[in-house]
Amino acid sequence: MATMRTQRVSRLAGKSASFVVLAALAALFILPLLWMMATSMLPIDQALSSELRFLPKPEEGGGLVESVELAAAQAAENYPTVWNDPIVTFPLYLRNTLIVAGLSVIGMVLSSAIAAYGFARVRWRYRERFFWLVLATMMIPFPVLMVPLFMIFSELGWVGTLRPLWVPAWFANGFNVFMLRQFFRAIPQDLDEAARIDGCGHIGIFRHIIVPLSLAPLGLVAVFHFMFVWNDFLGPLVFLTDQSKFTLALGLQLYQSQSGSTPWNLLMAASTMMVLPVLLVFILLQDSFLRGGSTEGLKE
Amino acid sequence: MSTPNAIKRELTGIAWISPWLFGFLAFMVLPIGMSIYYSLTDYPVIEAPLFVGLDNFAELMRDEIFWLSVRNTVIYAVVSVPITTALSIGLAALVNQKLPGVGFFKAAIFVPTLVPLVASAMIWMWLFNGELGLINRGVMLIGLDHVLGFFVGESSYVPAWLTSASWVMVALVLMICWSVGHPMVIYLAAMQDVPRSLYEAAEIDGAGPVRRLWNVTLPGISPVILFNVITATIGAWQIFAVPYIMFGDGGGPGRAAYFYTWYLYDNAFRFQRMGYASALAWVQFLIILFFTAIIMLASRRLVHYRAT
Repeated sequence: MATMRTQRVSRLAGKSASFVVLAALAALFILPLLWMMATSMLPIDQALSSELRFLPKPEEGGGLVESVELAAAQAAENYPTVWNDPIVTFPLYLRNTLIVAGLSVIGMVLSSAIAAYGFARVRWRYRERFFWLVLATMMIPFPVLMVPLFMIFSELGWVGTLRPLWVPAWFANGFNVFMLRQFFRAIPQDLDEAARIDGCGHIGIFRHIIVPLSLAPLGLVAVFHFMFVWNDFLGPLVFLTDQSKFTLALGLQLYQSQSGSTPWNLLMAASTMMVLPVLLVFILLQDSFLRGGSTEGLKE
Repeated sequence: MSTPNAIKRELTGIAWISPWLFGFLAFMVLPIGMSIYYSLTDYPVIEAPLFVGLDNFAELMRDEIFWLSVRNTVIYAVVSVPITTALSIGLAALVNQKLPGVGFFKAAIFVPTLVPLVASAMIWMWLFNGELGLINRGVMLIGLDHVLGFFVGESSYVPAWLTSASWVMVALVLMICWSVGHPMVIYLAAMQDVPRSLYEAAEIDGAGPVRRLWNVTLPGISPVILFNVITATIGAWQIFAVPYIMFGDGGGPGRAAYFYTWYLYDNAFRFQRMGYASALAWVQFLIILFFTAIIMLASRRLVHYRAT
């Protein structure tokens, strides 16, 4: 009896310790983002003041409510200042980013799904050998391809346009083909047989059975690729030469190098604008991200 | 055997994978072939490539900046990979418990991995700012500046994170620790796959939580650790965007943040030396292969594959 009680007590103590450590670490991880947002709502003199402030300083005698009001008012000033910057044209960069993202997401989902079908549901002799090549492509780091791709695209006259950033997305990518193949393979074969009896060919099976049953993984491919485009820095840096074609990632860097590093409140407002859409996606799709689903196929 | 039917079957398969196959040929095989050829040439973009044999590789061996970038990158990889691995496994073990609010903690730790690189570079430049940054304000708040000062013989010392050659690497390693949420989630999924019966057996044998982690969890997730360590090493070899954004041209104070991929980028797109840059790319590829092989060999006795 006594040992069971001590065991219970020590387990409780262990859990409490874990809880405290975890809470502290979680706070540390989230703090940079909170500070980014707080700084974006400060007037510049308070952001650069030696006194640490998370919210604007209220008038003499004012309280928290007044601070929050001041922060909102300051945000209403800082964010439009960034958005309407005369040199770094964020609205244009957002438009470019959305064009690249839209075109490449559509292309990536379609092409990866079609290729994955060929690897998962069509029976042919050299299938596994080609699939090894798919796996091998995942090993090639982008820097190896960067120089020759630049030469290919400049030969085509595409350097300086958005095309190098979205056209390749229409030709699938190893990782997505791999992921979708794992999923397609898990769909029962009997469904194919039934459809075949009804006179469906591969195209019919793909359209009426595989795609409708795979909306979730196809959606994941879309979301992950959108995030990739939204984040990508090296691709745009190499292929975009004209400032009017910049994406948001390049625009944000340009904004930073243009303004030096003093207007931290504006720089943080610009960063917040780039982070918020990603946070929104996360809040909507939390479970898919936290399940570690992107490596599901590895368990095989 | 190649009856018309069999040929038709092969053609159907090829047709379905043709989007991928075309991309593979146009954006993978062709560039790889070109890159191998370029690496054997002198190619200043405006002129046609001139075949020079292995000259580029010979020049690399004598190039001090090449060695500097290799050194910086090796240090970064060797320091950051073990730290992030240990941290993400530790965090996964912590969130793999029934605790109040654990879902929220998991989300809080994961969210930073989604922050775009440019934005996170900016956030950390502000955090690392010499006098005004939150980190040094924190250092002074808890009096750590006096502790550090004691070692350098001054009354107070705050790290110049991004402006001193000796602190830059520390700063970049701290920064990468901010994105351990991604491996954490992968480890967590792996931990939840370790059979409960093994834990129960260990508990009956009187193993405490630390022993269970060491003797049950770690062997159970070892294939995933191997996979993550390799991916992290490959990732470390490609570090570029963050230091490039933080330091602009020049590689940071004392070139302490001049990493391999940055040197490659500079050769290709600033110095217009496409041949030399291609040679750099292939050497990088070989180095990555070498590191991967070492990790695989070293882990042979440590990784346990569960029979299924």
